[in-house]
Amino acid sequence: MKLGIVGYGSYIPKYRIKVEEIARVWGKDPQSIKKGLIVNEKSVPAPDEDTATIAVEAGRYALKRANINPKDIGALYVGSESHPYAVKPTSSIVAEALGITPDLTAADLEFACKAGTAGIQMCMGLVGSGMVKYGMAIGADTAQGAPGDALEYTAAAGGACYIIGNIKRELIAEINDTYSFTTDTPDFWRREGKPYPKHGGRFTGEPAFFRHVINAAKNLMEKMGTEAKDYDYCVFHQPNGKFYIKAAKSLGFNEEQYKYGLLTPYLGNTYSGAVPLGLSNVLDNGKEGDRILAVSYGSGSGSDAFDITVTSRIEEVVNKAPKTMDLLNKKKYIDYSIYLKYRGGIKI
Amino acid sequence: MVVRTWRHINERYCLIGTRCKTCGRVYFPSRNVCPYCRRKGKLEEYKLNGKGKVYTYSVIHAPPKDFEKIAPYVIAIVELEEGPKITAQLDCDIDEVYIGMPVEAVFRRIKEDGEDGIIDYGYKFKSLEN
Amino acid sequence: MRDVAIIGYGQTKFGELWESSFRDIIVEAGVKAIVDANIDGEDLDAMYVGNMSGGLFVGQEHISSLIADYAGLNPIPCTRVEAACASGSLALRSAYLSVASGHHDVVLAGGVEKMTDVADATAAIATAADQEWESFFGATFPSLYAMMARRYMHEYGLTIEQLSTWSVIAHDNGSKNPYAQFRFKTTLEQVMNASPVAEPLTLMHCSPVSDGAAALIVCDADKAQEFAPKDDIIYIRASTQASDTISLHSRESMTTLNAARGASKKAYKLAGISPDSVDVAEVHDCFAINGLILLEDLGFCKKGEAGKVVGDEEKIRIDYDEFVTVNPSGGLKAAGHALGATGIRQVGELYWQLKGDKNCKDRQANIKNGYGISANVGGTGGTVCVHILSNERK
Repeated sequence: MKLGIVGYGSYIPKYRIKVEEIARVWGKDPQSIKKGLIVNEKSVPAPDEDTATIAVEAGRYALKRANINPKDIGALYVGSESHPYAVKPTSSIVAEALGITPDLTAADLEFACKAGTAGIQMCMGLVGSGMVKYGMAIGADTAQGAPGDALEYTAAAGGACYIIGNIKRELIAEINDTYSFTTDTPDFWRREGKPYPKHGGRFTGEPAFFRHVINAAKNLMEKMGTEAKDYDYCVFHQPNGKFYIKAAKSLGFNEEQYKYGLLTPYLGNTYSGAVPLGLSNVLDNGKEGDRILAVSYGSGSGSDAFDITVTSRIEEVVNKAPKTMDLLNKKKYIDYSIYLKYRGGIKI
Repeated sequence: MVVRTWRHINERYCLIGTRCKTCGRVYFPSRNVCPYCRRKGKLEEYKLNGKGKVYTYSVIHAPPKDFEKIAPYVIAIVELEEGPKITAQLDCDIDEVYIGMPVEAVFRRIKEDGEDGIIDYGYKFKSLEN
Repeated sequence: MRDVAIIGYGQTKFGELWESSFRDIIVEAGVKAIVDANIDGEDLDAMYVGNMSGGLFVGQEHISSLIADYAGLNPIPCTRVEAACASGSLALRSAYLSVASGHHDVVLAGGVEKMTDVADATAAIATAADQEWESFFGATFPSLYAMMARRYMHEYGLTIEQLSTWSVIAHDNGSKNPYAQFRFKTTLEQVMNASPVAEPLTLMHCSPVSDGAAALIVCDADKAQEFAPKDDIIYIRASTQASDTISLHSRESMTTLNAARGASKKAYKLAGISPDSVDVAEVHDCFAINGLILLEDLGFCKKGEAGKVVGDEEKIRIDYDEFVTVNPSGGLKAAGHALGATGIRQVGELYWQLKGDKNCKDRQANIKNGYGISANVGGTGGTVCVHILSNERK
């Protein structure tokens, strides 16, 4: 049975802060940061935006593209590590705002930066088993980096939504298969009640990000009997531009294949939104028959890999909602003091 | 105010008002009595499409406590395509707004009941021009 | 229905009355009114007191009992009346109806607000608007009137200079009123360059936060002759009220107050006069734009012409003889706006003006026909109460 994507939508807040502006405050050299991380600027949520509002906006766009009755969605998962409440689901807010309630199952997911793709897999299971007609998975974050920490240059806000179904004529992309690679690797964490995450510095690299992304990608390709050259596009998790490009190259992908999936240089790391947003930009540029490899990464650690083929229906839906690059290009720069105010860094 | 928030979720999240089947007028927020038809009126749920135009507006420089962080901000009365006018904030620059500006509803945080209280979500409007 | 007269008036100064409590100021105004009317407290059959929000401003409901108690007037029945900023004139209307009906002979109509016991009065003031569909979304009370002003400018080409002239004239008048909160004069530049509150309105287009109380003694017209010399008796020729939507956005037009049109039309009919006969008016200028709109809604000029009348020709000034004198007290803008007290203070000013009282000797309007009108507005026009007074019984 064919499973796949019947609708997708993305959302990026309009505010941006440049690496230069953050570096200025902390007395760092912006050029070495920009070169080291391959990040120039990042998105910042407005004070009236959070994971729930980003998820709703992305969800509304996904519904426009899918053109289905929201009431037919039987499962909704919102993956994030910045849910507005510690206890009280984001997913029920989103379900209500999208008009999906009350006949559905919903839950919030958390697996660092891969909770969004975990939601896609859960929807695939529910749709594939016939338990629900459509499933909706959203990855969205308003990521927090401690002031002065390296993460502050990248921790960004955004998200994307995917509606999973199995009615062949409705699919805009088929998901050929998925594979996950999971271990206990404590490279990045945030304890309950703490505002900012901590990380293991260089430990986040080889034993964490690269091990999981590369194993997930390789094992899926082995399962599918494919090589890098069989894909038109690839998307990887992108805590910064450098990790992404290094992972892509080590798997044998070239710039033409990886460039559409890489948004971090002008968006930053949207955590649970990162691979969902990268994939949405690939779909915006996709055409019938294009094959995509998408691999997420969540610290702690795990990677979900997907093998996807675009169908002809992509052309009908792509312009029914704003494209990811349109959202990325609509921007307003703010300085560090406004950024602090918006992010709750000033206590009133 | 948890219960008051919950009671209005349909209206504030999804712009669902009422329409009088007798005279065709659309109301937002919803009414239980049509002021024109009264006992002859018959009201049913009606979902608004969220598109409209700025009817009038103001830029607020002296905000209430709940909105200090976003001041100065634009408050407007938006005339919706289906007829009703509603009061809402605009997500736009304070020098961008004008009477007649086409707008569309978006989903936003409105306010919160302190750091440990409930978060109120609802509609704001964004410009459709850029 | 019996004819109803006013035989006495008293008020506190309006302003930041730090030394005085809620009960102090209403008792002060009430005692002054009783003494002014030359009656004894026990002559009163009832009291009606307008108050918008004792609950939010001083944490006190059941103010009717508090007032009767501290005025030393138990067991005289006391009733609180509330319609936001129109509470005062509704208390007067209640008193008027109780006397006109024959049920009472002598009644006190008061109004009181103690606003400065809270650090920030804006949240309480905002409850005059629709809490769920205006205030919830971040609309402040000034911003609602600002949106009326913006729309008015759009529809009729009102300029900010014309609008600002209202405040200049208000302060000129207020400077001559010893009870006024603001006794300083201002200029067009100062009004326009004051801090923005809600564009296009600056702080100088807005009435202030005020403490204050006022009280009138209302009496059956026949019985009035027993208490007061003829010159001290002023007659209530009409007391009318109308309702409109609580939310500004629900109105067809935002440049007119339907309730003001309705209530004033009825009042003119009851009094048997037209707007031309009115010598002096006290109108509810909580924000300058409302003053302009009320001039039109009360029939003193055509729709859209108030900007010219006020701003270019300044016809509303006390010394302009061919037009009605408007807000000789300084209005809400300069005299102060102690919400629940305002409606009583407006009628109190008319009482003084019509009988040529010494209290307004520096700001006396030219009384030719002997008629005065007040318009007191609740919220953004959800309630409007109009009174017409005359120095002639019929």
